[in-house]
Amino acid sequence: MDVILFLIFAVVAVVCAINVVVQTHPISSALSLVGVMGSLAVLYLLLGAEFIAAAQVIVYAGAIMVLFVFVIMLLNAGAETKKGRSYLIPGAPLLIVFLGLMAFFVQRIFPDNTMVRFGGFTGGGPKEIGTALFTTYLLPFEVTSILILVAIIGAIVLARKEIE
Amino acid sequence: MMSAVPISWFLTLSAILFALGVAGFLFRRNIITVFMSIELMLNAVNLSFVTFSYQHKEVAGHLFTFFVMVVAAAEAAVGLAIILTVFKGRSTLNIDDVNSMKN
Amino acid sequence: MELLDSFIFISLIKAAVIFAVLMTTLAYLQWVERKVIAHVQVRPGPYRVGPHGLLQPLADVIKLLTKEDLVPPYVNKPLYLLAPFLAMTMALLSISVIPFGPQIQVGPVKTWMQMTDLNIGVLFILAASSMGVYGIALAGWASNNKYALIGGLRSSAQMISYELPMSLAIAAPLLISNTLSLRQLVETQAGGIFNWNILHGPFPQIISFIVFMIAAFAETNRVPFDLPEAENELVAGFHTEYSSMKFASFFMAEYANMITVSAMATLLFLGGWMAPWPVAWGSSLVPTVIFAIAGVTALYHGAHPARKRDKVSLPVFGVIFLIIAGVFLLPVVQSWLLPLFWFVAKTGAILFLFMWVRATLPRFRYDQLMGFTWKFLFPVAMLNLLVTSFLVAWTTK
Repeated sequence: MDVILFLIFAVVAVVCAINVVVQTHPISSALSLVGVMGSLAVLYLLLGAEFIAAAQVIVYAGAIMVLFVFVIMLLNAGAETKKGRSYLIPGAPLLIVFLGLMAFFVQRIFPDNTMVRFGGFTGGGPKEIGTALFTTYLLPFEVTSILILVAIIGAIVLARKEIE
Repeated sequence: MMSAVPISWFLTLSAILFALGVAGFLFRRNIITVFMSIELMLNAVNLSFVTFSYQHKEVAGHLFTFFVMVVAAAEAAVGLAIILTVFKGRSTLNIDDVNSMKN
Repeated sequence: MELLDSFIFISLIKAAVIFAVLMTTLAYLQWVERKVIAHVQVRPGPYRVGPHGLLQPLADVIKLLTKEDLVPPYVNKPLYLLAPFLAMTMALLSISVIPFGPQIQVGPVKTWMQMTDLNIGVLFILAASSMGVYGIALAGWASNNKYALIGGLRSSAQMISYELPMSLAIAAPLLISNTLSLRQLVETQAGGIFNWNILHGPFPQIISFIVFMIAAFAETNRVPFDLPEAENELVAGFHTEYSSMKFASFFMAEYANMITVSAMATLLFLGGWMAPWPVAWGSSLVPTVIFAIAGVTALYHGAHPARKRDKVSLPVFGVIFLIIAGVFLLPVVQSWLLPLFWFVAKTGAILFLFMWVRATLPRFRYDQLMGFTWKFLFPVAMLNLLVTSFLVAWTTK
C-alpha cells in the first residue's frame, strides 16, 4: 500500500516537474509547480512529517505560489518566444549522465536496509517541532523573524511607485 | 515488501527533481521560469532533509526544512519585487535582453 | 462482519451521508438567507413556489441546470474549466474533518460522528482554505476579460491578507486547549458554558472570536467585504463569464465555505457539540421546549382567520414541529440527536449572523478593506495572542 502511494505521487511529482521546465507559458509552469508541491506534501505524510506537510501546503503552495501567480497575472507575461539558440540539445544528454551518476552513488551509499513505512516515525507532530523550535533552535528562529522583516521592507521599497 | 518503501527511492526522487530544477535554471530564458526552477531545487532539498530525518529518527531534519521554507518565502518576495522593477525598466522578461552593461 | 468493521467501508458510508446532507443544506441555506434578508427588509421573500417558498431551491437548481452552458470563445479552456472545480473541491474538503457529535453505536459498529480525525485537523482546514484562493485567481485570469481579472486579483489579495489575522485568532484558543485535533478540541471544552473557549481559562477569548468572525467574513467574500464579486461593481467580478453549472459551483463553494467557517468558530470558541449546562439540570429538554413553542406558534397563526393563504401549510408545520419535539424526548435517539442538535444550533446561529450582517451593512471600498486588515486587525490579533500566551504561561504549573 505504501509502495503504491509512493509510486503514484512520485510519478505525479516528476511529470509536473518536467512540465515546469518544458512549458512555454509561465502560468502553466506555476500551476505544475503547485502540483509538485502537493505531491511532495503527500510524500512528507508518508515519512511521518505531518507538520511539515501542512506547512508545505499552507506556506509554499498556498502563499508563495499565489505570489508567483499574482506577479505573472500582473505582468501579463505571455508565452516565451523562440529567440537565440537553445542549449537543450547538447545539454540533455549531459544532464542524464549527471543524474545517472547521482542515482548510482545514492544507491551505493544507502543500501536498501532502511524501509519507510507509514507510521514508522511519530516524532514529526506539532508538539515535537514546537519544543525543538523554542529550545534547541531558538536562535535561528529569532534570526529568521528578522530575515522576514528585512524581506518585507525590501519588497515594499523595491516595488513602490516613485513619488515625483 | 509491499508495505514498505526503500529509503533510497526517496533520495533518488529528490535527485531527479533537483536535476530538473538545474536544467530549468540553465536552459530557460524567461526570468519567472528560472525563479520557479530555483523553488523546485529547494523543494528537492527539503525532501532530502525529511528523508534523512526519518532515517535517523530525529526531528532536526524537519526543523531544517522549516527554515528552508521561511528563507524561500523571503527570497520569493524580494526576488519578485526585483523582477517587477526590472520589468518596469526594460519591459521584457527575457534574461538575454537585460544586457545593457555588456560591451 | 469484517467488511462492516473495515475503515474504508465505514468511511464510504459516512462520506455518502455527509455529502447528501451537505448538498441539501447548501440548497436550503440559500432559501434561509433569502427569507432572512426579506424579513429584515419587511417583505415576505420567496413565497409562491411550494408552501412558504420551500421548493424555491428546487426551482433554482432546475433553472441553473437547464441554462445554456456557454463557453466564451477566447478563454483559456483548461483553466476556465478547472477553476470552479478547484473552488468546489477545496470547500468540500474541509468538511471531512469536522466532528458533528460524540461516539455513537450504529448496529454492530461503534464510530465517531466525524469522517476522520487528524491530529493536525486545524492545519488541514487552513490548508484547504489556502488552496481555495487558486479557484478564484484562475477564474479571473482564464476569463480573458479585464473586469474579471481585476475582480479575481482583488478577491485573492483580500483572501490571503485576511488569512493572517484568522490564523492568529485561531492560535489563541489553541493555546488554551493545547491540541490541534478537532475531536480533542471539543472534548477539552466539556463541562458547561464557562468551559467553552470563549469564556474559559485565564483570558476569555472574546477578542479572538470577534477577530475570527471578521476575518471569516472576508475569507468567504461576504458582505461587508464582497466588493470583488458584487453585482453592481466590476460587472460581477471574477465569475462574470461563467454560466449555469459552473456559476452554481462557485455559488455552492461560497456557501460551503460559510458552513466550514461557522463550524470552525463553533468548534474553536463555542464548545462544539457540548451542551451549555449539564444534563442533570435539564439541558436535554431544551430542544423539546424550543420545537414545542414553534409548533404551538405555528398552529396558533394557522388558525387565525386573517391568514387565508396559510390555512393549510402553517398548521401542518405546527404538527410537524410538535412531532419533532416528541422525538427529542425518546431516550433511544438522545445519545446522538442531542449533541447534533447543539452543534447545528450553534453553527446555525453563526450562519444567521452572516445573513443578518448581509442584510444590514453596506460594503467596504477596496482600499478601506485592505487598510483595515493590515493596520488594525493584524495588530489586534497579535496583541491578543501575546496577552493570551502570557496569561497561560503565568497560570500553568
